[in-house]
Amino acid sequence: MVSILKRYALAALALLTVSGPAQAQDTINIGVSEPLTGAVAASGNYVVQGAKIAEDEINASGGVLGKKIKLIIEDNKSNPKEAVATAEKLIVGDKVPVMMGAWSSTYTLAVMPKLMEYGVPMVVETSSSGKITKSGNPWIFRISPTSEMEAKSFGTKVGDFGIKKADFLVVNNDWGRGAAKEFSKMLKEKDVEVGVIETMDAKATDLSAQLAKVKASGGDTLFITTGVEQLTLALKQAKEQQVKHKVITTGGSSSPDQLIAQAGAAANGSNHLLFFAPWFPETAPNPEVAKKFVAEWKKRGYNFAGLTEGFRGYDGIKTIVAGIKAAGKADPKAIQKALWGVKVKGVNGNIAFIKQGPEGKESGQNVPNVYIVTIKDGKISKL
Amino acid sequence: MDQLLQHFLNAMILGGTYALLGIGLTLIFGIMRVVNFTHGELYTFGAYMMFMFVMPLQTNFFLALLLAVMLGVALGALIEIMLLKPLRGADIDTTMLIMIGAWIAMQNMEQFVWSGIAKSINNPFPADPLVIGAVSVSWSRVFVFVVACALIAGTYALIQWTKLGKAMRATFQDTETAALMGVRINTVYIATFAIGSGLAAAAGALLGPIFVVYPTMGDMAALKSFAIVILGGLGSVGGATIGGFILAMMEELGAGYISSGYRDAMGFLLIIIILLFRPTGLFAQKERIG
Repeated sequence: MVSILKRYALAALALLTVSGPAQAQDTINIGVSEPLTGAVAASGNYVVQGAKIAEDEINASGGVLGKKIKLIIEDNKSNPKEAVATAEKLIVGDKVPVMMGAWSSTYTLAVMPKLMEYGVPMVVETSSSGKITKSGNPWIFRISPTSEMEAKSFGTKVGDFGIKKADFLVVNNDWGRGAAKEFSKMLKEKDVEVGVIETMDAKATDLSAQLAKVKASGGDTLFITTGVEQLTLALKQAKEQQVKHKVITTGGSSSPDQLIAQAGAAANGSNHLLFFAPWFPETAPNPEVAKKFVAEWKKRGYNFAGLTEGFRGYDGIKTIVAGIKAAGKADPKAIQKALWGVKVKGVNGNIAFIKQGPEGKESGQNVPNVYIVTIKDGKISKL
Repeated sequence: MDQLLQHFLNAMILGGTYALLGIGLTLIFGIMRVVNFTHGELYTFGAYMMFMFVMPLQTNFFLALLLAVMLGVALGALIEIMLLKPLRGADIDTTMLIMIGAWIAMQNMEQFVWSGIAKSINNPFPADPLVIGAVSVSWSRVFVFVVACALIAGTYALIQWTKLGKAMRATFQDTETAALMGVRINTVYIATFAIGSGLAAAAGALLGPIFVVYPTMGDMAALKSFAIVILGGLGSVGGATIGGFILAMMEELGAGYISSGYRDAMGFLLIIIILLFRPTGLFAQKERIG
């Protein structure tokens, strides 16, 4: 009985594998690994919404290489182990020639050995840890800024903020620790004293101990690096404990409108480093692209708060498709080669890759624009 | 000094909810010998019920809290009747597997209904905190603490002074003898699981408005409850209460003075140390064997 069942199962499996590639003939599949559930789900969902806008726009204008593109979206569940599983599924199961992902630096770093193993390029849309482009993985093409770039860009504004002593509250992963390292390095170079660097588990909800320590440190500015969910908690709890620091968030994933909606008055006075300012699309380097994207986002009834995150998905898919087009075929190796030459007019700005990391196996890194906005009386203003 | 006071205050408030989670689980663990993996999901369920009543349905905050706890009790009774009752007499592994299945099914159900994106719940308390000298605490947390303490005291009174409590204690000591003396074991089991579940739902409903609500929020809560139960000793309500406060204190002080990166590890480190010296937990009650 068992062996008959087993045979049926094998037959079904064989059918599945046979039907897989046949389907791939008329579309070019692009793999996407994002956190759609779990601790940072809001951001992952926004990125996917942006990616879908790019997918529809590209298909409406005839696709690429005469074929339609199809996003195969997998949920990495805000978990690095799951991120590896999604990459394995996308590359081995769906045979995608290129992918986009995986939001958090920790998930991206977890996926990277799989890219090496199977030889598939990945466009990194959000992660900012320096390690990603400096570890010698030639399959990585990152369009988001590194923490170092972000820190450098913020460096020109340190004077405006009048920072004397800064404290840090960062999520305890590659993203948070990387940001604390780069920003504190930059601040020290500008003779700003660095107080405490507090970390929090990505799933932690009670941050009272960390905030008590920040309060006692006596700094004037608190840099926070984490997803919007935890950021909401941090701002609310900082107000509860009367932490008087001026708050600056890094990483571009603060979705300020969501903060205003969920943290209320606690969000007032906070400053946010972003890579797209959807309130002022006319000031973007490619205003036409930005305006069109914002209009489409609104038309679909997506949450406006998600735009600061959603553009990453849009720019990521646009970059990938430009790579496929330049490669002339949907082949991983050809796309990898072609990505080095792409020039894309994205929502953030003009996307092109420079080399980073050890010679001979460099990763691609874009040089994006950075904006700072302030929340004042529940409204967003540009700095 | 101010920092230390603030840490103490935070630990007291946090400890109240840890204790609430712990006593719910210790009752079920101690009396029924069921490793209840759905405990964290009941916590999540309570939080989502609170969200549903307060946000889309615009129910009064305090009424919503009561409804959320009552629904938690009802769901607990339902789980006991549907899943555990047919398994009476089955070995502990079978029950454990069923409960793991129920845990995964419930978590995915929550995700299906409410999506994976975190939700926040408004609360009616003033936004400005209560300031006592150099330390401060939000009114919503004070409320949580007071309600948690009341629930803990209520549960303790129920077990010590009511007929049902007596029956529960008898069942804990020796199920067969209790049954021979006329204790309705089935009723005791249903009541125990329902009360334990109700307490978890209460913790979720209380903390939901302070934190954010999402489907996997129960995982960490369940892990901590298990730790508290082991720390306090199986089946000991007093032990779970003190265990909850000890765990909170360790986390606060560990994060404040050693390293916040190891905040969650601190509590578990303490548990390892305590269990090395007292393998049955701090306040384990004697049970008759044989």
